[in-house]
Amino acid sequence: MLPDNEIRFDASGQAWLDQLVQRHQSRASQLLQILREIQEHFGHIPHRIVTELAQKLSIPRARIESVASFYSFLHLKPHGEYRVLFSDNITDRMLGSLPLMELMCQQLWLQPGKVSEDGLVSIGTTSCTGMCDQGPALLINGRSVTKLNHQRVQEIVQLIRNRTPLADWPADFFRVEDNIRRSGLLLDSALAPGELLRAALSSGALNVVESIKASGLRGRGGAGYFTGLKWEACRNAQGVEHYVVCNADEGEPGTFKDRVLLTRQPDLVFEGMTLCALAVGAKKGFLYLRGEYRYLLEPLQAVLQRRRNDKLLGTSILGQAGFDFDIEIHLGAGAYICGEESALIESLEGKRGVPRNRPPFPVTHGYLQQPTAVDNVETFCQAVLALHMGAEKYRAIGTAKSTGSKLISVSGDCQRPGIYEYPFGVSVREILRDCGAVNTLAVQVSGPSGVCVAESEFDRRLGFEDLPTAGAFMIFDDSRDLFEVARNFVHFFAHESCGFCTPCRVGTSILKQTMDKIAAGHGTRYDLSEVENLDRVLQTTSHCGLGRTACNPVLHTLKHFRPSYENKLKSLMFSPAFDLDGSLARARQMTGRNDAGAHLKEIE
Amino acid sequence: MSKKLRVATTSLAGCFGCHMSILDIDERLFPLLELIEFDRSPLTDIKHCGPCDIGLVEGGVCNAENVHVLHEFRKNCKILIAIGACAINGGLPAQRNHLDLGSCLTEVYLTEPGLMHGHIPNDPELPLPLDKVHPLHEVVKIDYFIPGCPPSADAIWKFLTDLIAGKTPELGHGLIKYD
Repeated sequence: MLPDNEIRFDASGQAWLDQLVQRHQSRASQLLQILREIQEHFGHIPHRIVTELAQKLSIPRARIESVASFYSFLHLKPHGEYRVLFSDNITDRMLGSLPLMELMCQQLWLQPGKVSEDGLVSIGTTSCTGMCDQGPALLINGRSVTKLNHQRVQEIVQLIRNRTPLADWPADFFRVEDNIRRSGLLLDSALAPGELLRAALSSGALNVVESIKASGLRGRGGAGYFTGLKWEACRNAQGVEHYVVCNADEGEPGTFKDRVLLTRQPDLVFEGMTLCALAVGAKKGFLYLRGEYRYLLEPLQAVLQRRRNDKLLGTSILGQAGFDFDIEIHLGAGAYICGEESALIESLEGKRGVPRNRPPFPVTHGYLQQPTAVDNVETFCQAVLALHMGAEKYRAIGTAKSTGSKLISVSGDCQRPGIYEYPFGVSVREILRDCGAVNTLAVQVSGPSGVCVAESEFDRRLGFEDLPTAGAFMIFDDSRDLFEVARNFVHFFAHESCGFCTPCRVGTSILKQTMDKIAAGHGTRYDLSEVENLDRVLQTTSHCGLGRTACNPVLHTLKHFRPSYENKLKSLMFSPAFDLDGSLARARQMTGRNDAGAHLKEIE
Repeated sequence: MSKKLRVATTSLAGCFGCHMSILDIDERLFPLLELIEFDRSPLTDIKHCGPCDIGLVEGGVCNAENVHVLHEFRKNCKILIAIGACAINGGLPAQRNHLDLGSCLTEVYLTEPGLMHGHIPNDPELPLPLDKVHPLHEVVKIDYFIPGCPPSADAIWKFLTDLIAGKTPELGHGLIKYD
């Protein structure tokens, strides 16, 4: 790799950059997208380019650096020709990711997090990449590699050593399976592209809103707000422009159903967005795709182009004068917080993904402070189905307050991990039976920010009445230590805290230190009560939901699996977080002392 | 109040600035002394702590002696308070934490220019330095924290009088300073 001061930046580089900036209309709101392309081109974002870009976009360098340093897939310094990031979700760990990472580090003579001296390769970890049903997984220069094992890792090491371009790697490495195990009205839908749009156009925009309201459809991203009410509020909000945003930043560890929908039913997603545009009066839509799903970009763009050719996007859609709408795909760059709708909008505007104060909500003040309808990938698909079936038929599926079906991403200890579609109201026990889970100790429903369900609660049902879920369903059998599961989740939150508010930035780190202290055998009862204190602070003072839910994994597992914490504790009131006598070892070595005063005992 | 509360104070890896701030409560020391009496403290020169109600500790933990003193305070004080930035976060002394202790000692005692026949002091009377400087709460349980560098005399006064009156101490606006 070329060191930063030697990057090739001659006339042709200048032309490349000019063209890139022009393609994004020199708009600072495209900054994240521009930086992502620069990163893909150079492998990092060179100092020199930042300077050039600041001039071209008329923004300060500091703004560019603040954005680049926020997203974990962007680097301001060279990070190796091959950047390997092992997915570090608990499900990857359960499938043996850590020994595989060690093996790769060993074979490439490398320490995690460091770039090799020849600038060839760096190895590190990243939050869940959404391949939980086919892990362990890793990202190499942003591309997902699945089903890692000893042999595959050794082959990768060889390819890296030989500097083989990614394009020449075996296609098998990058194969992502859909693993659909149980389908329903959504996954089986065979609606022709545009079929529903045509019907909706003839019945009118207002009718679309009323039908969605009548269907009882609720958002599938987890929060479960009524989609019809959201669209109506957006439609009625005053603004220069209205926008539609599809949230495909599927970052919750253990969730991968949007990935499958975008692979299998992209037309449903785009049709749903176009319907929404008709309903709220939008001319422009965005699909915010998480960076981990970079490989879906070209196929999705091809679908968009086909829809444009078929007059399902663009100006005068299906010949209806005045109905203009198009969709742009924005890529994320490794920030879980951007799944929060207001952080996502900030990110769409090319800024750091820091959640906004709410209210005002995006329906009135969203993208560029204009009325914006933000919905989950699955919600848009369900909206199409709800319209197609009619409110009455749709309501007949699921439960009274949770209508329709839900995709569940099943991973962890079971025979058949993958995607399961159920009507809302399905019990945890039924899913466990269908996926072939035995000796199950607990299920983490809806990811780390969700609920840990123990055996005594397996008859609880998924739905907004009882167990709301965005779709993650991670299964742990009796060979697992739920303390380690919670510790993994706590590390995740500490890493993904956006750093904006102190309670979350500091609190999640203290929480992580406390869990590590317990894991190292230094924990005391006092530390457990500290976790409860921290939870109070985080829940009452955090800026957004990340901080408010960060203690949940610990509190839930403490409730159900307290002994797995207690048996790691020292039976003391308090113990230091480190080995007191060990911390004098260096001084003993330097002074050659070994007298009684050169040792420390713990307090009696 | 019938019985005076016993209060001990000490400075570990600190600069005595927090103690100066305690003295800064000025003439209010007189009413304070109606309510408390000092045990081990730089003010009394008592060398070891007996059973106390309140212990005030300034500075972080940087060597073996600090650990002994802190243990003595924890064993004897019902309520132990970390006072000031160093006690709470390690503060200025903790700036050495990103350096290896061995290379610090080597540079100071062996390779410093102009140093002849240097050696690293190894007299058993001297406390050995810990490899890292720690805030108090990483070594013993701490009950209360008074932030500031140093906390103002008013903050200390408010905190102590609240505590003596049996109220949960609250430092309102203007009394909490982090610098």
